[in-house]
Amino acid sequence: MARFCMDFEKPVVELEDKLEQLKSLKAAGTGEIAHDIAELENQLERLKELIYKDLTAWQRVQIARHPQRPRVLDYINHIFSDFTELHGDRLYHDDPAIVGGLAHLEGDTFVVIGTQKGKNAKTNIKRNFGMPMPEGYRKALRLMKIAKKFNLPIITFIDTQGAYPGIGAEERGQAVAIAENLQFMSRLAVPIIAVNVGEGGSGGALAISVADRLIMLENSYYSVITPEGCASILWHDETKACDAAEALKITAEDLAKMKIADIIVKEPLGGAHRDVEKTYYILRKKLIDCYKELKTTCPNKKKLIEDREKKLNSIGRLTSV
Amino acid sequence: MSEPALSKKVEKSKVVVPEGLWTKCVSCRQIIYEKELIRNYQVCPKCGHHHYLPAISRIELLLDDASFKEINSDLKSGDPLNFKASKSYKMSLKEAGFATALNEAIITGEGKIDGKKVCLSVMDFKFIGGSMGSVVGEKVARAADFAINKKLPFIVVCASGGARMQEGMLSLMQMAKTSMAVGKIHENKLPFISIMAHPTTGGVLASFPSLADIIIAEPKALIGFTGARVIERTIKERLPDGFQTAEFLLKHGMVDLIASRAEQKEIVSQLLGFMGY
Repeated sequence: MARFCMDFEKPVVELEDKLEQLKSLKAAGTGEIAHDIAELENQLERLKELIYKDLTAWQRVQIARHPQRPRVLDYINHIFSDFTELHGDRLYHDDPAIVGGLAHLEGDTFVVIGTQKGKNAKTNIKRNFGMPMPEGYRKALRLMKIAKKFNLPIITFIDTQGAYPGIGAEERGQAVAIAENLQFMSRLAVPIIAVNVGEGGSGGALAISVADRLIMLENSYYSVITPEGCASILWHDETKACDAAEALKITAEDLAKMKIADIIVKEPLGGAHRDVEKTYYILRKKLIDCYKELKTTCPNKKKLIEDREKKLNSIGRLTSV
Repeated sequence: MSEPALSKKVEKSKVVVPEGLWTKCVSCRQIIYEKELIRNYQVCPKCGHHHYLPAISRIELLLDDASFKEINSDLKSGDPLNFKASKSYKMSLKEAGFATALNEAIITGEGKIDGKKVCLSVMDFKFIGGSMGSVVGEKVARAADFAINKKLPFIVVCASGGARMQEGMLSLMQMAKTSMAVGKIHENKLPFISIMAHPTTGGVLASFPSLADIIIAEPKALIGFTGARVIERTIKERLPDGFQTAEFLLKHGMVDLIASRAEQKEIVSQLLGFMGY
């Protein structure tokens, strides 16, 4: 399969291809060729370090959008067991851009909710490119009500450019669907952990991310507006997206400084898609640890709600006249 | 410019009357007497179009004379991201302050409507598009706590383009903060009425004002989540006439009623009466 290559990583991909060619030669295991392979592998490691070590915000956005990056259902299926998907908002429709259901993790039952992108043209059309309709948010709300009734913790996965911008979405109340989730999640007395695994696109991402702990994968981003949208409004030039990405402070590291992100999960060098098994393993472990820590810190509902309120209220910068 | 043209212009302006006394309605294009427009709370006396109304005037419109006491007026935005685009955020804040004589895009406080005590928050569109950053979010949250402590009905008037980009994610998180704040209003069984003026869009629409018990919209106000341009570019077709107007939202069940400025105080007062206030 042809690999998708981002501009800034071209040298890495070219070298990897060369190495593959060399390895496929019949005499690869012998003499000079073996020596060349070892030499190239060395070079490759150094090059990867160099290119992937200090990524700019815009480069991380590109990794977060990488077409081969694992999707939310991949994470759910590899991290949880017995995932049982539940469908529909009981009002209008089942939105394929939001998935959710019940699952086990280390013996505990969780309500799991996430946004789902496709992996190719066909599945992306089915999933509406991971951009939910109001029905999707209402399905999420329905599942959160199940969590409330049965006192189940919630884990949400976020990977969306944002809520779908369309006529039907507006007619059916995209804004109020998001607002209702924000209100419900902010006052729901069960532990909530949100994981941003890729794109955190504005209100459409926030609608399932109000949580006690926000985990961000190292190359995920979370922004009030897409860098392109911001560039077009504030720079009057969409090609300034790279400057906007920098200015908006959207990386996991920036958001940890602002106390918006709580935990950053390291990805394999070059991004989650370069070693998916390792990514699932690391994230699974982090989720288990995070849930344990949350239960210890907030042993009862009262403390949970108090802490969540404090957390949300503390976000923002004010000065006085 | 040549001599005759100049004299002609002077001649013309003699007929038109001194500047500043007259203004043109953006909707019907008719010439209106400026003072009449102000007396009419910026509603065109010819066609009823609702022009921009400063937050201060909205307070006058809704509350009993001299009953308003502002709270948290000293809060001001910093520049947490040190944000610079084609214009710096610091400069935008400064200009907005000059243009509106306000510290931020919202005024909060308490006052009376027909003698009934209420907590009122009013946004001003001229302050960076009425956008919600840290301070707007904080003032809404504090106003809600204030209403809860004093057991007052919570009333908001919105005129906002959405979340303030220049404060990045800190702005987005204010949607969660304000939604939580009004969640507590509901838990305390206090009335919550929101008035959506032109425009109420984006991240502001998708948070506190949409969670009210009763939503009142101003005639023809633009109310929607995503900007029309973005939708058109995504779906690659023209949007229907009247899309995202107050009337469109009423038809689709997203607002309770549409009320002109002249009717708003009476309607809010009556609704509060129904709710036992």
